[in-house]
Amino acid sequence: MPGTPALTEATYYILLSLYRPRHGYGIMQQTEELSDGRVRLAAGTLYGALNTLCDKGWIILKTVDEDSRRKEYLLTDKGREILINEVKRLKELARNGELILGEEL
Amino acid sequence: MERKTMTRWFWVWQFEKEEEWLNEMAANGWVLETVGFCRYTFARCEPGEYTVRTEMHPYDDQYVKFMEETGAEYVGRMMMWIYFRKKTEDGVFDLYSDIDSKISHLNRIGKVLLAIGWANLIIGVVNSWNPSVRLGWINLLVATLLMYGLGRIHGKKEALEKERELHE
Repeated sequence: MPGTPALTEATYYILLSLYRPRHGYGIMQQTEELSDGRVRLAAGTLYGALNTLCDKGWIILKTVDEDSRRKEYLLTDKGREILINEVKRLKELARNGELILGEEL
Repeated sequence: MERKTMTRWFWVWQFEKEEEWLNEMAANGWVLETVGFCRYTFARCEPGEYTVRTEMHPYDDQYVKFMEETGAEYVGRMMMWIYFRKKTEDGVFDLYSDIDSKISHLNRIGKVLLAIGWANLIIGVVNSWNPSVRLGWINLLVATLLMYGLGRIHGKKEALEKERELHE
């Protein structure tokens, strides 16, 4: 999709983690696991991002887990579409990198 | 448990220095237990057992709950500053992990300084015109100091924005 701005690494991994419903700490763990420990989301950063993403309608507050009283979030259709476009954009970046640096990679 | 209280003054723009000092204390076996106005009470801990973090955050108990869910412990709050600590063995503890959120934290601090600065400037100017009030200069002094602080915060923000031009 032309003109769609790039997502930050934090936003990307938050959206990706919320393909399944998760609470805040679950998002932090999933992100660290997916990126092999490279990307760590700090709690303050995550809290701000979750509020912004809810306002934008890319994710929704799914349930409040009654036992632990923890909030769970989930990707919306709009969020999924944004994520898919981002993966396409990243593929393009990687493809062009490989095209030019192919020998060196 | 063994405790000690220390008095320390930090300017608003020295919040990183304050945090550094709190972590030095923790590294030496004294972890922050309560905060008051310029007063810090520490309890004995194993050297390096805790990491301490502070930030300016408006009152929000949802946020405190969120932090606690991630394994951090709420220590207390002093005016708009909130203090957390976390056991080192539970992993690295930071409040902000990207440039954007660090910038929005600085913006939050800047907004508060600006609001209090303006209020003092206006009160100071009004009082200077009023011959029965002799203390208008105090407000003007405070306003000047806050504007200086705002400049320091702005400088930190500019450095981050420059960094963001290249990476996030």
